Amino acid sequence: MTIPNSIAITPELVASHGLKPDEYQRILDLIGREPTFTELGIFSAMWNEHCSYKSSKRWLRTLPTKGPRVIQGPGENAGVVDIDDGDCVVFKMESHNHPSYIEPYQGAATGVGGILRDVFTMGARPIAAMNALRFGAPDHPKTKHLVSGVVAGVGGYGNSFGVPTVGGEVEFDPRYNGNILVNAFAAGLARTDGIFYSKAEGVGLPVVYLGAKTGRDGVGGATMASAEFDESIEEKRPTVQVGDPFTEKCLLEACLELMATGAVIAIQDMGAAGLTCSAVEMGAKGDLGIELDLDKVPVREERMTAYEMMLSESQERMLMVLKPEKEEEAKAIFVKWGLDFAIVGKTTDDLRFRILHQGEEVANLPIKELGDQAPEYDRPWVQSNGRQPLPASKVAAPANYGEALLKLVGSANQSSRRWVWEQYDTLIQGNSLQRPGGDAGVVRVENHPSKALAFSSDVTPRYVEADPFEGGKQAVAECWRNLVATGAEPLAATDNLNFGNPEKPEIMGQLVGAIKGIGEACKALDFPIVSGNVSLYNETNGIAILPTPTIAGVGLLPDWQKMAKIGSARDGDRLIMIGTDGSHLGASVYLRDILDTIEGPPPQVDLAAERRNGDFVRSLIRNGQVTACHDISSGGLAIALAEMAMASAKGMKISLSEQRGAAHALLFGEDQARYVIAVPADLANFVQASAESAGVPFRPLGAVAGRELVVDDLINVAVEDLAKAHESWFPTFMA
Amino acid sequence: MKSAVVQLPGLNRDRDMIAALTKISGKAPVTVWQTEAEIPDDVDLIVIPGGFSYGDYLRCGAIAARMPVMQAIKDKADKGVKVLGVCNGFQILVEAGMLPGALMRNSSLKFVCKEVKLEVVNAETDFTRAYEKGQVIRCPVAHHDGNYFVDPETLAGMEDRGEIVFRYAEGTNPNGSLGDIAGVMNRRGNVLGMMPHPENLIEAAHGGSDGRGIFASALDVIAATA
Repeated sequence: MTIPNSIAITPELVASHGLKPDEYQRILDLIGREPTFTELGIFSAMWNEHCSYKSSKRWLRTLPTKGPRVIQGPGENAGVVDIDDGDCVVFKMESHNHPSYIEPYQGAATGVGGILRDVFTMGARPIAAMNALRFGAPDHPKTKHLVSGVVAGVGGYGNSFGVPTVGGEVEFDPRYNGNILVNAFAAGLARTDGIFYSKAEGVGLPVVYLGAKTGRDGVGGATMASAEFDESIEEKRPTVQVGDPFTEKCLLEACLELMATGAVIAIQDMGAAGLTCSAVEMGAKGDLGIELDLDKVPVREERMTAYEMMLSESQERMLMVLKPEKEEEAKAIFVKWGLDFAIVGKTTDDLRFRILHQGEEVANLPIKELGDQAPEYDRPWVQSNGRQPLPASKVAAPANYGEALLKLVGSANQSSRRWVWEQYDTLIQGNSLQRPGGDAGVVRVENHPSKALAFSSDVTPRYVEADPFEGGKQAVAECWRNLVATGAEPLAATDNLNFGNPEKPEIMGQLVGAIKGIGEACKALDFPIVSGNVSLYNETNGIAILPTPTIAGVGLLPDWQKMAKIGSARDGDRLIMIGTDGSHLGASVYLRDILDTIEGPPPQVDLAAERRNGDFVRSLIRNGQVTACHDISSGGLAIALAEMAMASAKGMKISLSEQRGAAHALLFGEDQARYVIAVPADLANFVQASAESAGVPFRPLGAVAGRELVVDDLINVAVEDLAKAHESWFPTFMA
Repeated sequence: MKSAVVQLPGLNRDRDMIAALTKISGKAPVTVWQTEAEIPDDVDLIVIPGGFSYGDYLRCGAIAARMPVMQAIKDKADKGVKVLGVCNGFQILVEAGMLPGALMRNSSLKFVCKEVKLEVVNAETDFTRAYEKGQVIRCPVAHHDGNYFVDPETLAGMEDRGEIVFRYAEGTNPNGSLGDIAGVMNRRGNVLGMMPHPENLIEAAHGGSDGRGIFASALDVIAATA
């Protein structure tokens, strides 16, 4: 009995595919007839926001994507950056927000799986992962369930696959109550002459299906991820895919073995919109048509329709164009690893995307136009109203500084994330030099005597909300700063732009502002964006998330023996703040968590100062003059000192004697471009003189001593008590 | 001394183990694939590394324990060749009946990756000669199912015969293991299974080299101290 592929196309059916009437008209104009049901599915998969970037493309083009080290910028599975000696780092960050809210374990797990596949599709062995997670208010009834599921899912997939998770973020805010964010980052190592691309070449060559079998899971996932949520969300559970890290690990090994044989002409992983997106991508890039025979696709369910096969988002699958003479050799590798290997089609010269099923042609579409002719919008946007300035003199000082500090280090957002990262394998591969909890994760480059890579992921959504442009700049600056704080030279970044519904001008304004800010900061810091992902429609019942453009960056350390850490301060070391005194309390953690109010603009990011101060700190680290280093960010100087003291398990005696501004602004102000460094006592004068001659502002703070963090007569708290408060919030919350 | 590392689909610390053995002995180990029915004659130490063999589906180590290569390993062990199982390797040895007991889900029900302290309970084994009895060493763990259990009668015999080789020390038991047991050996003393990962603490880049002694002992090379 044949499987029915023909279903009448009605306006309701078109609408349920997320296609607007004008978009459907565009389809009719393009193909000159009514699409088949399968074709409608294909258009819906290719033209949704998630796959087509139709609202963001116009603005993404403005980002700097080139640089002397950039081998591959956006447009491939991942960005590629040269790290000398014929090595390169391949990396990308991608969201899995919508599925993770619906089914946290599998949503997060397949997010990790998808990004790992993006990296090894290019011929790179994954060496590091990070995860930027954002959840609703801790007291929201769903939050604990989501945290526990997402963290278990991230760990469940990454640990089994065998990649160390070396960094990330976890934040809580009521604005994520209805839409959590799961942004997964992965980086891999490859040789610059061994990178694989998705562009097909050659006519009449076999198109090979690799990996796991196709099932009905995830059908329509990308379309679901391009819509807002409402009460019907529970019905969307079947659109979430199910991950199998074991198969992915086998697929990694098989792909790397296969690539070494020289059999691969082009390769593309099947991610969002599975077989459709991967085939169209390979053909369109290579100016070739693709013909697929669905009767040859390995399936794990019976009676799957062409529509279901083309839209399935089953995981752990790849599509490849193969050198025909290598077929037997290639097949043997996949048999060895217990994976499917099936020739499912061929490249053609007619630029058509043709799908055959049960001997019938169920789709015949122009392949270039499917991608290139996707609608692109210049959506109306409005600049958000800037907030009124908020001078520190208008902000109340804490009644008790010590209590305020204890409260902050033990708060939902500033407390230790150990509960989370101890569920991730942070050590596997034996190259982790810095694990989560410091400024950046650092991983040694295998087979090189001294090289290492640093990774950090950052954004401060409350700043972006207050001022998208400055907030966008700050996300880049903080990521850059965190890399510098280890002694690394920041090389390039990937962006994961999470916003609400772009059809609302104020949301579109946030996206535009943030991208402009990111672009400006990336240019000023020579920190190009080489890959990325956009996640829009993060709204539930009309309430949008905080605008969250996550920036994940990669830095290079030529000699890891000279890297700096947050927790290596020694008794007697002198502490010096690099950068200007804290003065800015607008949009600060102090305001939010101590005074319980959200007002004021975010701190301005002076990119020239950022660069100058960062270059200075990096040179100190590389000259071996720094024993510990930490950037100053949320919570200001006080939090930075406390974090350093806790990580080093040492006390500090700090004096702000030459005080110029208000003490609470000095301690909790979130001014940018600042670091705390610990230097050996005998180098303190030299370091300060160097700062002076480099035109870098600094302030001597005091020394590492005793068991308490003491700041004049304002703060005197045992480091042990700080650590207790810092470490106890998360386990208590999750208990 | 020649060593071999077993490679099964889903194991993922094989590369860590190969690196550790190579760095400590100066010689790369041979690798043995799941379907191989024989292990080279001149191998003196067989290591089953950590990971998630066959996805840990069914039960950790259960599928691996039934692969052809396990018979070859058993044959070698019967002839006195040293066998070291780390993490998933330990679970596989238990499932294969080469070591007593069982490894259950961690009492926290969560995966745990952290550094713990290990007491070397028996320093007179082929795997621990580089240490002193009672010495406490640092060692990382990374597992979901490391909660060791064995019946009281068997345990008493194992303790009497010195087959409890490592215990978690100083309150660092990460998984609820009975008697803080972290590593056990067979009666003959040539098969050792342990949950912690000594291969991830063997050099300055790892922040210490406390794990080196296990390989130095098993490979019969002078132990480099931390």
